[in-house]
Amino acid sequence: MKAEKSILPGAGSLIGKKSGAAAERAAQIVFTACASFAILAVASITLYLVLSGTPAIFQVGLKEILFSTVWAPTAAQPRYGILYVILTSVVGTGLAILLGVPVGILTAVFLAEVADERVAAVVKPAVELLAGIPSVIYGLLGIYLLNPAMYRLERWLFRDSATHQFTGGANLLSAVIVLAIMILPTVINISETAIRAVPPSIKAASLALGGSRIQTIFKSILPAAKSGIVTAVVLGVGRAIGEAMAITLVSGSSVNAPLPFRSVRFLTTAIVSEMGYSSGTHRQMLFTIGLVLFVFIMVINLILTRVLKKGGQTP
Amino acid sequence: MTGDTLYHKKKRPLEALLLGAVYGAASVSVLLLCGVIGYVFAKGAGTLSWSFLTTVTSALKQTVGIAGNLVNTLYIIVLTLLAATPIGVGAAIYLNEYAKPGRLVRLIEFTTETLSGIPSVLFGLFGMVFFGEVLGLGYSLLSGAFTLTLMVLPLIVRNAQEALRTVPDSYRSGALGMGASRWHMIRTILLPSAIPGILTGIILAVGRIVGESAALLFTAGSARLLPRLGGGLLENVKKLGGKALESGGTLTIELYLQMQNGKYDVAFGAGCVLIVIVLCINLWMKLLAGRWKTR
Repeated sequence: MKAEKSILPGAGSLIGKKSGAAAERAAQIVFTACASFAILAVASITLYLVLSGTPAIFQVGLKEILFSTVWAPTAAQPRYGILYVILTSVVGTGLAILLGVPVGILTAVFLAEVADERVAAVVKPAVELLAGIPSVIYGLLGIYLLNPAMYRLERWLFRDSATHQFTGGANLLSAVIVLAIMILPTVINISETAIRAVPPSIKAASLALGGSRIQTIFKSILPAAKSGIVTAVVLGVGRAIGEAMAITLVSGSSVNAPLPFRSVRFLTTAIVSEMGYSSGTHRQMLFTIGLVLFVFIMVINLILTRVLKKGGQTP
Repeated sequence: MTGDTLYHKKKRPLEALLLGAVYGAASVSVLLLCGVIGYVFAKGAGTLSWSFLTTVTSALKQTVGIAGNLVNTLYIIVLTLLAATPIGVGAAIYLNEYAKPGRLVRLIEFTTETLSGIPSVLFGLFGMVFFGEVLGLGYSLLSGAFTLTLMVLPLIVRNAQEALRTVPDSYRSGALGMGASRWHMIRTILLPSAIPGILTGIILAVGRIVGESAALLFTAGSARLLPRLGGGLLENVKKLGGKALESGGTLTIELYLQMQNGKYDVAFGAGCVLIVIVLCINLWMKLLAGRWKTR
């Protein structure tokens, strides 16, 4: 009833109003232009990231950039190897996925299959809220709470080591924990949607054959929701590898091999923390790092499209 | 008798373990959320005061406050929405009402999807080079707003599309059958019916803008001054408009810079304000969704 009311003023103005064919054409052109804006945006982002990312490659050489482990952009003899930075992003993202995805999927199972309606009605909005919290706040809590705790652990673990460089808790492990928490909402929401989309007949068949509730969930429902869950994981990877502000201060401030108790730099954090004082080739190198990150994201996007096409569903 | 069936007798220890893991994971997720929000409030509430919200941090006047950042955040929100809403809604109208399935539509959908997957640092780099250097906007609120326009576009397009899809076809054929032109039908029938969905996209975009930091650090900069007002009305309007071309840091940027300098009490204060804003946005969304469902 309410919806019909909202048409009435519009319908009233129909009478006596004559729209010209010119207005019609113009409208179509404007809408087409609006829709093409996304194409234009992606094309120019690609163009400018490539344009500003390639000069350093010619100056420094691709081999030195990708395979050297020495990053000393401000030294007298500057070196621009970003192998450790790339490896840190890969290893850090991988560990965050290993930590966050099981918790995320199990929470999704809880929401979709185990919890009764009332509990789910409280937990689900909470998870949605978690997704809306700005990343700097995760960073703030990371540096204020996690780093000191990590430092205590570090001092205890390496109390007899003479060679360990103490990081004050700002290390790979801290960053991985922050990232794992940050991908949780993405993984939970998309996995839950996937689990709920499984046809009830599959669950009914499993239960009718005598499967217990847990068997039904883990042997029938989850395999049936596989493509949705893979989507959740891939999106989680994208979120983790692109996150910058939350882990810039938490992960430490020097380039090292990605070991748990080392201070490290990710692709994203290298850009954020060095852009302020960089100049010349150093600055161009930061754009090259951006280009590397862009390539990673594009590959992830392609995988995602592949998965979605195979699964025949949208997230 | 009922409790003694074979089914109930069989104990499966592995199952109890898995069920425990499910409950454990869910409680970890919920505890994390309560922990994050509770802790920020507990730490930040002490900093919050009227002067914290209404003054600008200044060593000279010995004040600590985030008023300038609040104004900057508002500027970025308004400027971004002014640019992103018409483009996003227009794109959704094209995709839903005009386009025929084919190459162009696939390309538009693919690029919109791509835009939503690009990390904000890269938007920041692009904005810095394109809006800042090529278009000569430098570090300014406008440059930041343009950058964020690209970022929130997919949100607005997707939600507007969703809303247009739920408008019954009978509305369309009814209007067209009465002799309305397509543009007239869109303007008077489709858009009014799709407003709740469009609003959802806008609110989601506001949430994203408020929480964004990496893309703004490189484009909008970090200044925290309030616009200086004074003089006649026309002059004030000019000054307010001119502020869009000046550098300005939002709340998140201020939070980041303060925690970088180890001033955690100010950072937690700003965090508190941010979380209140996020909570309000969430609540508003819920209300809107509830109203939409009853329609």
